[in-house]
Amino acid sequence: MQLARVIGTVVSTIKDESLEGRKFLIVQTLDADLQAKGKPQVALDAAGAGIGELVFWCRGKEASFPFKRDSTPTDCTIVGIVDSDSHVFKFRNP
Amino acid sequence: MLLAKVIGNVVATQKNQRYEGTRVMLCRQITPAGEEMDNTLLALDSVSAGEGDIVLIVQEGWGASTASTGKAGAAIDSAIVGVVDYIDLLPDEKINRVK
Repeated sequence: MQLARVIGTVVSTIKDESLEGRKFLIVQTLDADLQAKGKPQVALDAAGAGIGELVFWCRGKEASFPFKRDSTPTDCTIVGIVDSDSHVFKFRNP
Repeated sequence: MLLAKVIGNVVATQKNQRYEGTRVMLCRQITPAGEEMDNTLLALDSVSAGEGDIVLIVQEGWGASTASTGKAGAAIDSAIVGVVDYIDLLPDEKINRVK
């Protein structure tokens, strides 16, 4: 899983029918210091996330497991919302 | 599997229901010689790993989900499945005891 910021939404009308009613969000992956890392990508939402929130997403085949797993085409799904930026705890001397 | 150091954790109240009761740990990948790499990732804990521990992380859904929640089929792509006591490398790879 990776930390990310929700930076936008995507609206799509014509799509695979298993994606009906699902929310597409644009996420920018972040590193441990909450700095942007890599390119933004589109994620399916399984946690009720909204724009601006700090979330974490799951990659790969497992990303379809919160939905109808055999038919939902996704490789990136938001699975949790971090309470706030200050709820990312880093140990002092790891 | 990859080697990583536990550098923190994340608190998330609202999450996918299969994540209930799990600990989400912030980890930084390391080389076998113990050098920290740029790559950071979140992994669910299944072995009570703590601050600064060098751990083994499995990045495969079935294993990660079974190890951290006891059941397969959750949207979990990484789990901590072991705490490393030490690593032995060939002499020319630098022997480095991490603990």
